Amino acid sequence: MKQPSQLTAFAWRLAPFFSITLLLVAWESLARSGSFTSFVLPAFSAVVERIWNDAIGGDLAINTALTLYRALTGFIIAAVGGVALGLAMSRSVGVRWFFDPIISVGFPMPKIAFLPVVILWLGLYDLSKISIIVFDAIFPVVTATIAGIKGVERELLWSARNMGAREREMLWQIVLPAAFPMIMTGLQVALPLSLIVAVVAEMLMGGYGVGGAMMTASRFADSRGVFAGIVEIALIGFVLVKGMTLIRRRLLVWHQEAMEPSTA
Amino acid sequence: MKTLWRYSPLLLLAIGWEAVSRFGLVSSLALPPLTSVLAAWWDLLTNGELINNAGASLYRGGTGLLLSILVGSVLGVFMAWWRPVNVLVGPLVEIFYPMPKSALIPVTVIWLGFGDGSKILLIFLGCMLPVTIGAFNGARSSDRTLVWSARSMGASRLRMMWDVVLPSAMPELLSGIRTALALTFILLVSSELIVAQKGLGYLIGYLGADGAYEAMFAVVLTVAFLGFAADRAYQLLMNRVLQWRE
Repeated sequence: MKQPSQLTAFAWRLAPFFSITLLLVAWESLARSGSFTSFVLPAFSAVVERIWNDAIGGDLAINTALTLYRALTGFIIAAVGGVALGLAMSRSVGVRWFFDPIISVGFPMPKIAFLPVVILWLGLYDLSKISIIVFDAIFPVVTATIAGIKGVERELLWSARNMGAREREMLWQIVLPAAFPMIMTGLQVALPLSLIVAVVAEMLMGGYGVGGAMMTASRFADSRGVFAGIVEIALIGFVLVKGMTLIRRRLLVWHQEAMEPSTA
Repeated sequence: MKTLWRYSPLLLLAIGWEAVSRFGLVSSLALPPLTSVLAAWWDLLTNGELINNAGASLYRGGTGLLLSILVGSVLGVFMAWWRPVNVLVGPLVEIFYPMPKSALIPVTVIWLGFGDGSKILLIFLGCMLPVTIGAFNGARSSDRTLVWSARSMGASRLRMMWDVVLPSAMPELLSGIRTALALTFILLVSSELIVAQKGLGYLIGYLGADGAYEAMFAVVLTVAFLGFAADRAYQLLMNRVLQWRE
């Protein structure tokens, strides 16, 4: 078979940028063609200008920082709490008896429907926003932790015990590391979920934050502001999800999956 | 008996709920007793409000999900089997997939207004990519030897897609659709809570603003139950469809 020339290889590497550029050019020219009003489709350049002005005015920093703070705080609480609960459910029959039906019934439920209840109980501030994020994001972490611990090979446990590992050492040196790839997968589901819920909570409760800013913009028929919000939140989502993939690769260098061809 | 034992914690929760509210441990405004919530549910059911709004939600969710399954699976299979499509569309999928889809709520309202159209578009856009990625991963991993033998036996390209690629892509495609189903409920309820004139999410917000908390809890529980039931039903269907593997 003929080796592809360096030029073609280079062209294939450039291809991703090609389609993104194409999208942006299409957006810009469609907006300028006059077939849509600038309310329905503001030009990409106008949206970028808007983001730039927000960045200078300081609104951009406040909004993105608040959204990130809420989403990440909720995510971290859900991650720690979820792993702890999953661990407790794997070890104790009583805890498992109590929580198993709650988790299996609660996981597929649209927890976002409880948002008005959370507002009723906890008010309109960060506490209720973070609570609903934790409530939503904890389920995938718990199920992944249980599945991960269940999947730990017996031989590993037996040999560790044979070599005289104590319960504590078993947990930290054998069980958790062996279950870690699965737990990580659960976290990779929980993170985007935290962002989705953070945006919805901000939209419903208003105030600062990317979601709240988008809602305010849309009330004032300021569609540039709405599109600016979308671009910002899309970038945040992209960076967080990609970062998570990188962390996974970093932390799981020892695992065989690191040797396999990756698609991410 | 065994199932009863298994689900007894939920029963305990229900009894606990009733008790803390009846005995005044928490204000019945914050947590109305479960029995009054059930009574409010019955009222909503008999006066038709629940059915009407559920119908609207079901129509929006069903249409959006169906569109996303159709377009998403076709797109995913094409991406797996035609390199130019993958090169062109792949990067866009990769960029838009991690985007929190709820951010699209105000844009769909700008484009299509407050009614059904904006919700259907939102659900379609939000659910399409998980389906696409499921179909893509499934179709890409389909057995090359199966494909080669089908071709050598003279199957046309389209025929081969239908008879060989699609069945072997099925497991991954179906699990992508399961993600999409969960997302449908999230996006539907969120968008109806934020901007709508009917639908279950709207009913929750409306009753809450009205101070009718028993009825609000009743609708919240209904939505949660519908999401749960839809997922269980889908799982049964999935096992049915995948029976031929083994």
